Amino acid sequence: MRKKEMLAMLLAGGQGSRLGVLTSKNAKPAVTFGGKYKIIDFPMSNCVNSGVDTVGVLTQYQPLSLNQHIGIGIPWDLDRKNGGVTILAPHVKGGEQGDWYSGTANAIYQNIGYIDANDPEYVIILSGDHIYKMDYSKMLDFHKKNKCDVTIAVLEVSLEEASRFGIMNADENDKIYEFEEKPEHPKSNLASMGIYIFTWDELRKALIEDSGVHRDSDFGKHIIPAMLGRGKSLYAYRFKDYWKDVGTIESYWAANMELIKALPEFNLYEDFWKIYTNSEHQPPLYTSADASVTRSLISEGCEIYGTVENSVISTGVVIEEGAVVKGSIIMADCVIKKGAVIDRCIIDEHTIIGENVKMGTGENVPNEAKPKIYNTGITVIGSDSEIPDNVEIGKNCVVFGKSTADMYKSGKLESGQTIDIGGIDI
Amino acid sequence: MKALGIILAGGQSDERLKDLCNVRAVSAMPVGGSYRAIDFSLSNMANSNIKKVAVITQYNSRSLHDHLSSAKWWDLGRKQGGLFIFTPFLSKENSYWFRGTADSIYQNISFLTKSNEPYVVIASGDAIYKMDYNDIINYHIEKDADVTIMCKDMANTDKDVHDFGVMELDSDNRMIDFEEKPVEPQSTIASLGIYVMKRTLLIKLLETVVSEARYDLVKDIIIRYRKKLKIYGYMYDGYWNTLNNINAYINVNMDFLKKDIRNMFLTDGAHIETKPKDEPPAKYNSGADAKDALVGSGSIVNGHVYHSVLFRKVYTGENSSVKNSVIMEGSIIGNNCTIEHAIIDKQVVVSDNKEIIGTPEKPVIISKGTVI
Repeated sequence: MRKKEMLAMLLAGGQGSRLGVLTSKNAKPAVTFGGKYKIIDFPMSNCVNSGVDTVGVLTQYQPLSLNQHIGIGIPWDLDRKNGGVTILAPHVKGGEQGDWYSGTANAIYQNIGYIDANDPEYVIILSGDHIYKMDYSKMLDFHKKNKCDVTIAVLEVSLEEASRFGIMNADENDKIYEFEEKPEHPKSNLASMGIYIFTWDELRKALIEDSGVHRDSDFGKHIIPAMLGRGKSLYAYRFKDYWKDVGTIESYWAANMELIKALPEFNLYEDFWKIYTNSEHQPPLYTSADASVTRSLISEGCEIYGTVENSVISTGVVIEEGAVVKGSIIMADCVIKKGAVIDRCIIDEHTIIGENVKMGTGENVPNEAKPKIYNTGITVIGSDSEIPDNVEIGKNCVVFGKSTADMYKSGKLESGQTIDIGGIDI
Repeated sequence: MKALGIILAGGQSDERLKDLCNVRAVSAMPVGGSYRAIDFSLSNMANSNIKKVAVITQYNSRSLHDHLSSAKWWDLGRKQGGLFIFTPFLSKENSYWFRGTADSIYQNISFLTKSNEPYVVIASGDAIYKMDYNDIINYHIEKDADVTIMCKDMANTDKDVHDFGVMELDSDNRMIDFEEKPVEPQSTIASLGIYVMKRTLLIKLLETVVSEARYDLVKDIIIRYRKKLKIYGYMYDGYWNTLNNINAYINVNMDFLKKDIRNMFLTDGAHIETKPKDEPPAKYNSGADAKDALVGSGSIVNGHVYHSVLFRKVYTGENSSVKNSVIMEGSIIGNNCTIEHAIIDKQVVVSDNKEIIGTPEKPVIISKGTVI
């Protein structure tokens, strides 16, 4: 096998539990974003656009949809004979019982064999949770120029926000002398983005050493402090562009809505840094003579007969005559039937909303079961669900599964209530 | 039944389509918002389980090559069989362009001799239709025919039978006579330029006619051998169109605004595939008003669009109005423009406040890359 200069390890095993029902059946990296994309498409596309053609994707939580999405990597040109994409799932090792990935660094430790087989000079660690466009080759140039053992991509955040992040304290050349995980009194505003370039030899040693100490070996908590302690050369690489962690229902909704603006901060319409995705080929979208579509993103394969405003619509969605969709995110292959009115809702894939359903009405009462997750007025419907005709659903509601009319007392689901037929804790 | 596929995509365009085809072969004409004409025959081949397909091209084939640069979108990127693209080439013995359709196959006869599929389906790259070629192959076997030609009764269609090869069939659909673009057609049955025959017979016929300096499939094989061979017509009554003039081109595109035609080609059962372009979703800004419109991905709509087909990455400016028009990939319509009954080719830039107005009979054509 030809030697690879840099290999990417993409951590895609996290649940993203604050996204509630959206991650009940798939990992956070497999959540839809911006109409036709999945969150993992952003780091995957960054890899190919940066010339990184060998990517290991580490899966653990609900990997099915992620495995199907990635396949052999055709959409990202990662179907290669030399390198390409490899799904790395936790597995049983010779004779012993297998281990789950118990921490970010532990997941990499368990795949040392994969990395060694590709014999890279450098390894970039990525997470499948963020929306951004970044040229990793520039970060690698920085790493080489400064003769780093580790380069950590950082974002300048406000000091108030800083206590939510891992914070790098660095000298005037951005050489890191201290790392603090979620400090109460931050000394700097350089927040780790969870993107690291390691010189592989150094990382390899550190992983093996730490594996004997911490069972849940983690980059932020263990590897980085240990390498700092041993006097290794760590640098902060400042990233100044758009970077979003869409970790909560509200931030997820807001980041999608931001794309609707005439000139959004995050530009998808750029020729030389395309975001690739596995959208099974879809025909162009059709808007009928009675349709009205404004301030919205509409993906291929949609058929719009009703009204859509301020919304992001994924591929293959049908919005029937007289239906009104406002301020909402509708994911792939949903059907919004005649006369339904949907206001500030997120509807996951393959869901059918019955005729004349009203959604997002009433008072803003936090969800009774999960007030920490659903509290900003957004109602969320899980994937493969059904809402019967003529019912009304309030704010901060959650419906998951094929609901029937008898589940709605006097045809109504009050704000903050949940219908969970899937039996999954949402 | 195992068959080989040959798609004849070398044809130069009809004079009437020339403004659009100066830059591309007819088979590469953009159709239906994100397709090219050849996607239809190619997808039909793939969907009919024909796994070895040759595309023969000659005239202005760059955009066709670009489109076919990978065969995987049609599931034809295979070790066994797959997609072959044949262009004219120079050798010690031969420095000819293809001298005709029969010659274009003959010059690549090893594609036929080195195969073992019993049948060959020959189709043209510029027809818009959806069919399972197994139907015509089975019919061919059932009739024990030497050649089977797919044909359609053009009575009660918008097609002029004078533009086609006209077939006379007996009551068993055996062909009695064939006239190419006749002055006085003897019937309304037109050949659709899709042929089925045994691979070995095709090899024999090609070797014979080319040795006699005859090079045309229709003239030198179908017409010349019409009495000698057992030629049958296979009546096809589904949707079929060909891009032989400007109005046909507009009509084909406007047909995609009809739900039943869209569903037939694009969603029901086997559907038409094309090379993906990975554009983001289409964006509708605050003044957007798109009615009865097909909009390709990556487009940004600010103005009115009515009864029109916008391909990928089209931009329409504020207060602009596009009606009854076809706008191809990457074109930009400025603010306050009025476009009616027009075909705007790729990468055209129409600056602010311009009017481009044609009539249904005579649409305006703006050539690729024009800046107005």
